[in-house]
Amino acid sequence: MARDINTKKLKKNAFRYSKVRGETASRIRIPGGVINAKSMAKIAEVAETYGNGTIFVTNRQGVELPGIALEDMPAVNKAIQSIIDDSGVNQEERDKGYPASGTRNVVACPGSRLCPFGCYDTTEFARKMDKMIFPNNLHVKIAFTGCSNDCGKVRMDDFGIIGMTEPQYDPNRCVGCEQCIKYCNIRSVGALSLVNGKVVRDTDLCIGCGVCVAYCPTRAWTRSKEHYFRLVLLGRTGKKNPRLAEDFIKWADEQSIMDIVKNAYAYVEEYIDPNAYEGKEHIGYIVDRTGFDEFFKWIMKDVKLNDKAEVAHRIYWGGKHYDRSNNLK
Amino acid sequence: MGYVISRTGFESVIEKLGQQYRLYAPVRKVGEGRYTDVDVVRYDFVTKFDEIELEAKSDYAFKELLTPLSQTLFFFTENEVKEADFDDRDVIIFLRSCDMHAVKRLDAIYLENKFADPFYERIRKRVKFALIGCAHSYEDCFCVDMGTNRTTEGYLFSIDVAGDEIKSDVACPDVAALFEAADAKAEEVVPAYVTENEVRVTVPEKVPNEIYKHGMWDEYTARCINCGRCNFVCPTCTCYTMQDVFYTDNGKVGERRRVGASCMVDGYTNVAGGGQYRRTNGERMRFKVLHKVYDFRKRFGYDMCVGCGRCDMVCPEYISFANCINKLNDAVNELEGGASK
Repeated sequence: MARDINTKKLKKNAFRYSKVRGETASRIRIPGGVINAKSMAKIAEVAETYGNGTIFVTNRQGVELPGIALEDMPAVNKAIQSIIDDSGVNQEERDKGYPASGTRNVVACPGSRLCPFGCYDTTEFARKMDKMIFPNNLHVKIAFTGCSNDCGKVRMDDFGIIGMTEPQYDPNRCVGCEQCIKYCNIRSVGALSLVNGKVVRDTDLCIGCGVCVAYCPTRAWTRSKEHYFRLVLLGRTGKKNPRLAEDFIKWADEQSIMDIVKNAYAYVEEYIDPNAYEGKEHIGYIVDRTGFDEFFKWIMKDVKLNDKAEVAHRIYWGGKHYDRSNNLK
Repeated sequence: MGYVISRTGFESVIEKLGQQYRLYAPVRKVGEGRYTDVDVVRYDFVTKFDEIELEAKSDYAFKELLTPLSQTLFFFTENEVKEADFDDRDVIIFLRSCDMHAVKRLDAIYLENKFADPFYERIRKRVKFALIGCAHSYEDCFCVDMGTNRTTEGYLFSIDVAGDEIKSDVACPDVAALFEAADAKAEEVVPAYVTENEVRVTVPEKVPNEIYKHGMWDEYTARCINCGRCNFVCPTCTCYTMQDVFYTDNGKVGERRRVGASCMVDGYTNVAGGGQYRRTNGERMRFKVLHKVYDFRKRFGYDMCVGCGRCDMVCPEYISFANCINKLNDAVNELEGGASK
């Protein structure tokens, strides 16, 4: 039988175009990076049944099952239904697999579920974000990390969300042991100093990582009731100008971040190059075209930040410019 | 005399007591633990019964009232000194049996150790106790082997929650009157206490001096991070240090503060000229352990440690003080073939 495959539909359905003729790979999406063991067993079963028995673990916390015959795609879509249900990913039609692949899996570091330094439940926030933005064909990358260690490497994404806590200090519980100062110096930015037996925090320098809280032996330092976030914008990899995301908002709240991401999708729909190859264009290149002010106007529409939030009104990105010169001599 | 009282009845007793006393009890501080969205149970003042955390063992001990973590003792100017104001209202501390035994140790150190500490004495005189019964042992408790599992006197009343009712052994006639007024049913009550713990310790009777150089301490030099959390949660650690503070905008005026100290933390044994008596964490562990289960006993006749297990609960390196006592006992046996207590 003649093989007649629409590769555009194949990719949109979260199958990979493989260099091996006649084969594909199924791309499983795991928002927030956490999945039940029974779904993992199902993944293994599908890889054994339809694939070549191997599983590729992706950089974005998905898995790809290579070596699947193109003809088996409908059967694979049926087989992975329980995984889609389990991971809570939005779907348009049951047993038809993933409805889009443009907006990438939403990544999360282990966060406060496991990590002593995680400032919030990264998986929960990532899942909430995925619920809002997926399915979508636009090429957008979002990642969540629990603290400024950035184990989630969120500065490589369009939207990077870094957890923060505002250290609360009770001088009446402080004995001046200076462990917060020592560990802030060793493990963080050195924002603390001892003045007259009590600790003073440089609020400009403090990145809200919570190291002082973790090492305080008396609970003189505690975490703020509110979970705060640093939102960093428009990092990317790629062949033109890979770069790290830059700080946009410090001490942001969850709702504002949700609103900003939603607004950003509207901005991209408005300004994306209509001739962009395969409809994919990193947001950063669009911002280069419209200017930051226009981008700012769109993404901050109806966003109600809390009083503590600090916003950068102009951002400059650096990075490697392959597109200018690659001469290392 | 004892009473069985409804929850609402007991709430009214507590409310009335709160008008007469400041009530100092274990409180669940939501989200104030070390890690994100983790609670801590520590002592604070309450006015209502439902503010008291009666189920969980408190992470920090009651001692913060008697020996505050940070306390301004007095203020000074060029030629004058003024003692810091002091809240002299009476207090009821809600605590468990092990902690009642810890009070005896604090008193020994601060009142019976040659002279009385006036700052401790003035608050201690204001303090009475309410005993929280222990219906079961908690993880890390070793009160039975330390002989602190039961308290039969020294409290105004006891609390044991039994479903919707509270059972109290009431020793104070004034408090009994409050129970009577709240329609409490008279009944013989024995405060609940545990008779066995999962954690067992054997304290050596005598410790020979050779233990000083024993290799058992080296393990702690490698494992311990000298954070001192064990000391700050301990109900019997009494060490403090002084801070003389000169206000920055007028160097002739200032205050003297007394703050909690820890024999595990850097700086504790620093002396003039840069000396430091116990440099390694193993040496510090040795000092602490022998102080708790040997040296204190030599002076006062009983061990300092009450077996509450808070130090084991808080240690970030999973170092078990209880297990160290057993290792010490093994080492002593090995050195002397000596009998255990």
